[in-house]
Amino acid sequence: MQAAASFKRWLFRLYGPEVAPIVLTQRRVYVLPTQAGLAFAAALGFMLIGAINYNLSLGYALTFLLAGLGLVTLLHTFRNLVQLEIAPGHVEPVFAGDTARFGLQLHNRRNQGRFAISLQVEGGSTVATDAPANASTSVDLPLVTHRRGWLRPGRVTLASRFPLCLVRAWSYVEPDMRCLVYPRPEQSAPPLPLSASGESGGSRNGQGTEDFSGLRTHQPADSPRHVAWKAVARGQQLLTKQFTGASTTQVWLDWNALPPDLGAEARLSRLTRWLLDAHAQGLAYGLRLPTREIPLGQGARHFQDCLEALALHGD
Amino acid sequence: MATSTRFGARQTTVRRTAARRTTAESPALTRTQELWLFACAALTLLPDAEHAPVWLSVAFGAALAWRIALWWRRAALPSRWLLAFLVAAGSVGIFLTYRQFFGKDPGIALLILFLALKLLEMRRVRDGLAVIFLCYFLLLTHFLNAQGIGVAGFTLAALVLVTAALASLGHSGRRATEHLRLAALMLAQATPFMLVLFLLFPRVQGPLWGMPADAYSGMSGLSDSMSPGSISKLSLSSEIAFRVKFEGDIPPKPALYWRGPVLSHYDGNTWRAGTRERKVSLQDTAPEQAFRYAVTLEPHNKHWLFALEMPVTLPPDAILLQDYQLLSKTPVRSRIRYEMQSRIDFRTGAEESTASLQRYLNLPANNPRTRALAAQWRRELATDEAVIRRMLDYFRQERFFYTLNPPLLDENGIDQFLFETRRGFCEHFASAFVFTMRAAGVPARIVTGYQGGEQNPVDGYLIVRQSDAHAWAEAWLGDRGWVRIDPTAAIAPSRIEAGLASAMPAGEPLPFLVRADLSWLRAIRFRWEAVSNTWNQWVLGYDPQRQREMLSRLGMHDPDWKAMTAVMATLCGFLLLGLTFWALHKRIRIDPTLRAWNRLSRKLARIDLARRAWEGPTDYAQRVAHAHPELSQSMETIAALYIALRYGKLDGKAELQRLRELITNLEIIAAQ
Repeated sequence: MQAAASFKRWLFRLYGPEVAPIVLTQRRVYVLPTQAGLAFAAALGFMLIGAINYNLSLGYALTFLLAGLGLVTLLHTFRNLVQLEIAPGHVEPVFAGDTARFGLQLHNRRNQGRFAISLQVEGGSTVATDAPANASTSVDLPLVTHRRGWLRPGRVTLASRFPLCLVRAWSYVEPDMRCLVYPRPEQSAPPLPLSASGESGGSRNGQGTEDFSGLRTHQPADSPRHVAWKAVARGQQLLTKQFTGASTTQVWLDWNALPPDLGAEARLSRLTRWLLDAHAQGLAYGLRLPTREIPLGQGARHFQDCLEALALHGD
Repeated sequence: MATSTRFGARQTTVRRTAARRTTAESPALTRTQELWLFACAALTLLPDAEHAPVWLSVAFGAALAWRIALWWRRAALPSRWLLAFLVAAGSVGIFLTYRQFFGKDPGIALLILFLALKLLEMRRVRDGLAVIFLCYFLLLTHFLNAQGIGVAGFTLAALVLVTAALASLGHSGRRATEHLRLAALMLAQATPFMLVLFLLFPRVQGPLWGMPADAYSGMSGLSDSMSPGSISKLSLSSEIAFRVKFEGDIPPKPALYWRGPVLSHYDGNTWRAGTRERKVSLQDTAPEQAFRYAVTLEPHNKHWLFALEMPVTLPPDAILLQDYQLLSKTPVRSRIRYEMQSRIDFRTGAEESTASLQRYLNLPANNPRTRALAAQWRRELATDEAVIRRMLDYFRQERFFYTLNPPLLDENGIDQFLFETRRGFCEHFASAFVFTMRAAGVPARIVTGYQGGEQNPVDGYLIVRQSDAHAWAEAWLGDRGWVRIDPTAAIAPSRIEAGLASAMPAGEPLPFLVRADLSWLRAIRFRWEAVSNTWNQWVLGYDPQRQREMLSRLGMHDPDWKAMTAVMATLCGFLLLGLTFWALHKRIRIDPTLRAWNRLSRKLARIDLARRAWEGPTDYAQRVAHAHPELSQSMETIAALYIALRYGKLDGKAELQRLRELITNLEIIAAQ
């Protein structure tokens, strides 16, 4: 098995993540007949026998024309894939158990379109797309995640049977891209340990919801209630109003405060759940992990820092 | 961002993931794909309507109509039980029609049945592929019936349609014209391969195994027997029997007797072939007087070959019988071409023995009045020549008519013909003549074949048609040997000198193309027949022998199958190489606006602000402006100009120039 895998790596030139843009040169596009192609070849064999047996000159001509068609379609299918450029695109972080979507950019620099290209991440489902002439196409390759941490899609298979389904051309690429997978939030976690924090009613300059204290750039996670709509109406960009308030509840999400019989992943899972709850309730929260501590804070940036710390714990 | 792409582009995000997700199973056919397949099946089977049994054509039409109705109403396809019943019913029908399942016609009928059933049960792309391959095969079977230029043209058109349907199975989203154009392009690219393979694929003379008996049904021509009416029936056909190319002059028309089956055995109604004795030696004393010509014979599924009287050479694989009948060793089942030499003044039969002559005197015991007349002439006249002259005079002086519609005759047919009806075609005259001669003790026999022919002024070929079929007589006159006597010439001399049309009284039903009055039509016909003769000679007649001739003319000396295969593979390799160059040849023409825009991205890459691949112009400008507020004014202008030039109606050299200048003048302060 090991030998077969390394042979395959050698045969298909798979040497780890590649620098973008990846061009499918002719040496890395492979072609082989499909099942339908083999059936076509068998049909041609019968037609040739018929032509010989009945001395059909036009039968020879028809059979040979179709044989030529088989060779021509080999080149057409090859051409549909060759010289395609692939660049990694956008990848949004997801929670473990959700489907990661690896954005991939297909640049077709030719004056002819490319059609019915199917793409697949190993273990994911297949996505088919066309790549119009002189244009870029974005494709999202889905892959169901299971574990937190960085997820690399590994080998991506690009394949096409266009135009006649008789031949399959394919190529493997390994775009340099990764998806951050957050721990899976615990499903039936105990409520936020507000009382356990023991530090509520803390600092006065913590963020709250009562006193307006300024504007900052809007971030997707901010509540729409806090958008400075007046500023938007003046034609400015989206801004978020910031407030301070003494009544902001603070909570510490503490690894060490969890029950001692809980495993590491279960702890991360519970902390993630609490983190989501705390963020949704607009609390100020801090995160304490064995290796890292993130002080109290609020906002999307802070939220993401915490999630990242949870996702990459132990890496 | 590491992804610095120089290729900014329209962002066409295609999200068809849900709709086009493929499972391990073959995907279901779309409605458009089904329409393509219906069109294929209908067009492919159109020519079969002429040859297939009527019930099968009707059943196929009904099945197709039913399937299209189901498609129209989006109804469910018939159940497996119903289909199984239809298979059984169809198979029984085919067996009852042909009494067997093997062979040409039952085979085609079974293919048609399969196609109909496949249409009724096709659900997935895999079924669609099966329909396409069946169509390809059925296109081939049309050539069993005809291989003319028209059939070839039709097949080519059908091929484009079927290939376009195959392309539609590969991609359901494109327009019909795109599929058709692609199919035509691919077939055009496949044509050089076809030519190379056609010329060089080592040809094998078929058949590979014993042919079913029905393989050659439907070929017309002379038969090995002659009864009243058999030749006049053939005369109604203007089909071509054979074509002749003379090397020098064409002999005068009255000398154009094309010898076919010689009949010497008479049973009172039908003349049949007599001897099977083979003539061993054939020597020509004066070859310089011979006419040299090549005959291209249409297949007639019989052994005999036709040659001008009298042949003095033998084509390969042919034998000559004692009565100068030329036979091929195998039945002529495909168009063949052979070189011949003949001398019209050649004498035969001087050496006949008394024993062998006896068989040319045998007669059945009917027709007493003719026998009495013959006996009377024998008593009155001294020589055989005188008896023959008396007989021909009798034809001329009594009121005999040359007609294609003679009355029916009973068992004493010759008595009736000579003394009562006096209306007949060449076989009546020849038959009566030979009977009378034998009754008078003169050895005689019937020769059938063709008389005359028509020269095509376009390519110089002499065309001999079924309507030129003729029967004449030979009488043995001692030291003169066998002498040809044509009684028809006595009654209707213009038949021999000018052809059938001029010999027939007005109102006789002649084949359309033989009529004399349609000269413009004849001119068109000559041209067409010259073209189809070339087609026959070079495309359809391209057999192992022609292949060898052709290749040695092209410089391959004594080509064997190994050499041919090597050359064929090499040429195909070169063609593939050419196509590969075509496939790899990039035809990139980047929009100048886009080029300028890409330059901006390269320039901004110096301060780590290269455009991300998925980033639109407005987003990009904003991101740059955010990071470098001093650039916000110019970035906004540049982005607006770019959008207007690339996506808007703005299309001017001046604006493009301004965009370029703006990008050039953009000052970047790298330090921060």
